[in-house]
Amino acid sequence: MIINGVQIDATFAEAFPMKGTRAIITAQNEKWAMIAAQAMTGFATSVIACGCEAGIERVLSPDETPDGRPGVSIMIFAMGGKGLAKQLETRAGQCVLTSPTSALFAGIDGGIRIPLGKNLRYFGDGFQTSKFISGKRYWRIPVMDGEFLAEATTGQVDAVGGGNFLVLAQSQPQALAACEAAIEEMKKIPNVIMPFPGGVVRSGSKVGSKYKTLNASTNDAFCPTLKGSTKKTDLSPDVESVMEIVIDGLSKEDIDKAMRVGIQAVCNLGVENGITRISAGNYGGKLGPFHFHLQEIMA
Amino acid sequence: MSALTFTLKIRPEQRVDMSPLVCQALENLEPVEIAAIKLHCGKKKVRVDELFAVSGFDTKHILIKNSVAKLDYIGKELDGGVIRVEGDVGAYCGMGMKSGVIKVFGNAGLYAGCEMKKGQLEIDGNAGDFLGGALAGNKMGMKGGLILVKGNAGDRVGDHLRRGTILIEGSAGDYCGSRMIAGTIAVLGNTGKFLGHSMRRGTLLLWNAPKLPASFNDCGSHTLAFLPMLFKSFQSLNSTFALTENAFNRVQRYAGDMSEIGRGEVLVRIEN
Repeated sequence: MIINGVQIDATFAEAFPMKGTRAIITAQNEKWAMIAAQAMTGFATSVIACGCEAGIERVLSPDETPDGRPGVSIMIFAMGGKGLAKQLETRAGQCVLTSPTSALFAGIDGGIRIPLGKNLRYFGDGFQTSKFISGKRYWRIPVMDGEFLAEATTGQVDAVGGGNFLVLAQSQPQALAACEAAIEEMKKIPNVIMPFPGGVVRSGSKVGSKYKTLNASTNDAFCPTLKGSTKKTDLSPDVESVMEIVIDGLSKEDIDKAMRVGIQAVCNLGVENGITRISAGNYGGKLGPFHFHLQEIMA
Repeated sequence: MSALTFTLKIRPEQRVDMSPLVCQALENLEPVEIAAIKLHCGKKKVRVDELFAVSGFDTKHILIKNSVAKLDYIGKELDGGVIRVEGDVGAYCGMGMKSGVIKVFGNAGLYAGCEMKKGQLEIDGNAGDFLGGALAGNKMGMKGGLILVKGNAGDRVGDHLRRGTILIEGSAGDYCGSRMIAGTIAVLGNTGKFLGHSMRRGTLLLWNAPKLPASFNDCGSHTLAFLPMLFKSFQSLNSTFALTENAFNRVQRYAGDMSEIGRGEVLVRIEN
């Protein structure tokens, strides 16, 4: 398949079941809601070392938030429910509770309930109070700037992590520009996040390593500087840079949509902007039950 | 299907226990069976059709017409369905109700909504003492749900209130929120003496400055984030509490009762 001169490989991205949740952070203004959201989703690019994958889903207008203030919705994904709950709680406690004027609300009403402000309330040292409003429990925790308001729980649901595609370009600036265009469009899709810095990862990994202590290492088949030295390169001579976009979402369909608009945005730049191929990372289909076939998605 | 309607034919000389006439108890009963239910009336037991003209079939919607203040325990432990009452009701209306809606188009007597667990009780007129309170000797009053009074309420509103919301559009009597354990009481009008007497936790939300006991301490003026959410939850009510001009988020906060654990609060609106 070729779109606007860009070859779409006959391959697939392989993704895994994860547990996901969403939280809504509000603040006095969008600036401070975003600061809290960025802090809460920081150091959360990959479960390999961060414990979770997290990102900002979108900015919310005051009429979309529970307390009528500007807000940001964030999503967190982890391999298991226990790990997700721990990450959510520690991040909420260290990054949102501490952030001036912030409040924290559930972003998913269904699913298994996991603590959001339920245990953070103990920071109130006995002065915390709860309010039960419209069937939901909120905790009011006295803090130095006033009160921190946090919903007691949020919903944990089954999710999918590790959807991806690779952008192969004739130069590094061209690969980055294409990925930026893709992220711009993918951010408009609900229920997904792209957890890596700016949504783009330049160090895609393969499973395993020559070093026994590492369970992941550089994806040498897609490293342009190794075209002549690795046993099996996947790159043609004209490819000088490869970047990857990883997507976590609440369902396979959400990731499908995000991949479609992302790849389309890359293809819109086309071969005249140095984009040669779109590929994807997989493990031969043996590890993850969710397969995103690029040509099917773009058909 | 038309509402199951009980129209009072005669004014009873003694108080009547109406607790058998709740939606869940009448479900699957034939009209003749409902008419034959016996109600306590003073020392006697009388058939329903001796007191009421019975019509309609829908046991999920009960209408009591020509009600008087001698009809006690209306909607006691109601578990689903709607009871509408045209006229006054006696004591213990909605006592221990579990779910559903009771609407009283008149005044209510003592202990309305006492120890209710869930659901909604609306009183168009005034309510007597111990609204949403605990029965004498019991340690927990209302445990959930919402009570809306469009008139005034008597003394001891929300005595031992454990959870839930009591909204009073008029004024409340003395000892409002006494011995509260948690929950919210909002009063648009005035409040009487000994406000929040021995309250442990919970919120008394007031539109007019009260006469506070000495055991409440001023915590200053604050903008509280939960208040807009609370007012938003009132917007579905047919009440002046739903009006945006009655909503606010700037309050003077008083903590008390310091003679108890002092974790309760009285929030008084600050005019913008």
